[in-house]
Amino acid sequence: MTTTVPETRSHVGRSHPRRDAREKLRGEAEFVGDLLVPRMLHGKVLRSPVAHGRIASIDTAAAERVPGVVCVLTGADLHDLDPYYGHAIKDRPILAIDKVRFHGEQVAAVAAETVAAAVAAVELIEVEYEELPVVANVADATASGATLVTERESKPGLFHGLGEIPPRDGNVCYRYRIDRGELESVFARADIVVEGEYTFPSVYQYAMETHTVVAQVEGDQISLWATCQHPFLVRAEIADLFRVPVANVRIQVPYLGGGFGSKSYTKMEPLTVALARKAGRPVRIQNRVGESMVTTRRHNMTCRMRTAATADGRLLARDVECLFDTGAYADNGPRVVATAGDAAPGPYRWAAYRVDAACVYTNLAPAGSYRAFGATHLQWIGESQVDEVARRAGLDPLDVRRENLCTPGEEVRAGGKPLDADLVGDVEKVAAGVGWAEPKEPYVGRGVSVGLLAAGAHPVSSAICRLEADGRVVVLVSTTEMGQGPRTAFAQIAAEEIGVDPDQVTVRGADTRFSPYDRSTGASRSTTIAGLAVQRAAADIRAQLESIAGTSDIGPDDHLGLMRRHFGFAGGELIGRGEVAPVGTGSYAEGPVFWEVCVGAAEVEVDPDTGVVKVRRTATAADVGRAINPQLVERQDEGATLQGIGNALFEEMVYEDGLLLNDTLLDYRVPSFEDLPGEMTCVIVENEDGPGPYGAKGCGEGALAAVPAAIVNALADAGVPMTELPLTPERVWRRIQELKKEGTWQQ
Amino acid sequence: MELACSVNGREVVRDLAPQELLLDFLRDSLGLTGAKRSCDVQVCGACTVLVDGLPVSACCYLAADAHRKNVTTIEGLAERPEFARLEDAFTRHAALQCGFCTPGMLLTVHALLEQGELGGEEEIKHALAGNLCRCTGYRGILEAVAELAA
Repeated sequence: MTTTVPETRSHVGRSHPRRDAREKLRGEAEFVGDLLVPRMLHGKVLRSPVAHGRIASIDTAAAERVPGVVCVLTGADLHDLDPYYGHAIKDRPILAIDKVRFHGEQVAAVAAETVAAAVAAVELIEVEYEELPVVANVADATASGATLVTERESKPGLFHGLGEIPPRDGNVCYRYRIDRGELESVFARADIVVEGEYTFPSVYQYAMETHTVVAQVEGDQISLWATCQHPFLVRAEIADLFRVPVANVRIQVPYLGGGFGSKSYTKMEPLTVALARKAGRPVRIQNRVGESMVTTRRHNMTCRMRTAATADGRLLARDVECLFDTGAYADNGPRVVATAGDAAPGPYRWAAYRVDAACVYTNLAPAGSYRAFGATHLQWIGESQVDEVARRAGLDPLDVRRENLCTPGEEVRAGGKPLDADLVGDVEKVAAGVGWAEPKEPYVGRGVSVGLLAAGAHPVSSAICRLEADGRVVVLVSTTEMGQGPRTAFAQIAAEEIGVDPDQVTVRGADTRFSPYDRSTGASRSTTIAGLAVQRAAADIRAQLESIAGTSDIGPDDHLGLMRRHFGFAGGELIGRGEVAPVGTGSYAEGPVFWEVCVGAAEVEVDPDTGVVKVRRTATAADVGRAINPQLVERQDEGATLQGIGNALFEEMVYEDGLLLNDTLLDYRVPSFEDLPGEMTCVIVENEDGPGPYGAKGCGEGALAAVPAAIVNALADAGVPMTELPLTPERVWRRIQELKKEGTWQQ
Repeated sequence: MELACSVNGREVVRDLAPQELLLDFLRDSLGLTGAKRSCDVQVCGACTVLVDGLPVSACCYLAADAHRKNVTTIEGLAERPEFARLEDAFTRHAALQCGFCTPGMLLTVHALLEQGELGGEEEIKHALAGNLCRCTGYRGILEAVAELAA
């Protein structure tokens, strides 16, 4: 017998072409909206035109008479259920019951034979609203005597993962606090104190494919085809809501047309199931863009921060208070707020810091996950204060970071995982990427930013590898392919372990009836955690092959020969199993799975006459431990960079008294080709310091936190310090006029 | 009303409502789902198809206006020999991620290449500004198209 070891790392670390390129380029890739389920009806939703009101009456008679209409669903149809859901807090009704709490809330839904009939019927539903005082922002919501957005007690959801959810305090549904060291005494002895008030806007994720769900209810069996990043968590919530066993809920997830967090947790699935249940036939609901905008969005936020330092630029203490506007229902707000709280101090050696972050109900659309949540909210603020310390101390911002940044192994958060990255090395690389030391023209500035994002979510994933009798490998893993490329990365990992070509490996998506459990696709976790499960499942196959080879004269790389020997004919399959479960309790307090690095640099140019900011160069560090597929890593950072430019410069959902004013892409602008910076550099850093396969750790979110912060710092370096995003020409121009009036316009 | 047109080189005759959009006609009546619905307001380009060789947003184009014209969708473009180099360039440069914008992007790129209207990087950026991509950050697409235009 001879034992051969597969050639070292022959498939990992290479830019293997995307396994899904062919079907996507040819328009053959199927998305939920492309699927036809026999006897399927079309659903349309009536949404509230007011931000806060009592529903006095609903008359559906005229709608029901429209030819082709099968049924109209209202809150009254839900009396046999406890119709409230929410993975963090069970505060959200499937349809508005008695009250509407935001502009766009679901009030009724129609199922009809055609979209046109459903649209016509929705327009004929008569609803009378008695308007209530609108809680339009976090200041109103937290004022004494504020109108309550909800009167319900906070009932914890199935997957909040945050220890105890405390009782609701007025409109505050969750609070995250950290208090370390003697804050006031440290501030009292500081030479430099920087302080300010900041605002961050409400942002739309804009996955180009809107939320789309097909639901079918047959007795106690519920089937869904859904745009789902977290099919197993949705499965549990649907089973809980409709009182069926978890295994009776089947969710199939084809390709997703982008997610970015907008399709995480439960979104349009409960309403679609309730409608299909009443219709007695499968129903598809496909949101329009304006509907997806109010299905979930990024939290707007206000923040007060102060930072203390010595005269020679040693950072001492930081004090942060922020109010996150989670809208009418919590969605993922509590987790967003906890992650923001962890990101708020920034990865520096503090003598003391205090964070008080609150998740606040208002009468805006519910806010939840969007790529790099929490970190994107806080990093630009904290990092602008670090730069201000540098200015006052007369130091290079890069030197202040060299002096103060945590180093590998140091504590980031008490009780949590120590730092697992070389941040000083990362920031030096990105600074070089935008020509840090080069001379600058007038109105040009450069900035860097450094932060960390608690990544990985709860580390539970399983995978199954099947080595088929023809030598091909099928990987069953429930990660959602939404563009980030896990099917390609997993094929490379399985190929590496088993010793086949990645083109011989097929990776499928989630079908909860057959594919094994995966906690979720998000939090930059898939390559690290699901990838580790795939590696273990593939290694299990390899071990079985070696074991079979051990009893024969066939080498372990002759898969077909070994299979034939083992099964005695040309059939059979080897099944490998891989599981990842938490080490310790897996609690948020003990986490995160890894700290995702958020390090970037930018060079901008401001036009002093118009306030237009142009991003000329960006550089980001993809500190991934080990790049399974370097080209896909670069594309992730580039995509996050463009989203960061949009978040920094122009993206904002504009609300007035609780009414959304810009609900189409005509007046909500996202970055186009013309916003691409002249130079965009992604530096891949591979220190093999991650917990995933081959030392990998996740990426793809960090750049979205880092880039807006680097842009804000670059603009301040060009002479315009800003405390409000986005950096629209009007805001920047007004700031320049203020600076001129104060006599501090330096150009 | 009756619509008679050519779709991907095949003659199609159908009865349809005068207000029917080309996007719905292609997706629902013909089952050609490569053109995607996203913004509905002619901003994103995901629904781009070619009518007599020129890109249009099928979400805002009446099917009736395609009467006696030639419509090309991604399914048709993918059958043509010249598609091979587009496919090769987009694959090598990883010029796609989720794939939702990709068919529309390719049809626009194809039309511009046919007309010889793509030159340097700035020209490409301007010409493709009507096709949004939220995933890639555009860099890979730019590299692929610059190579194709060279």
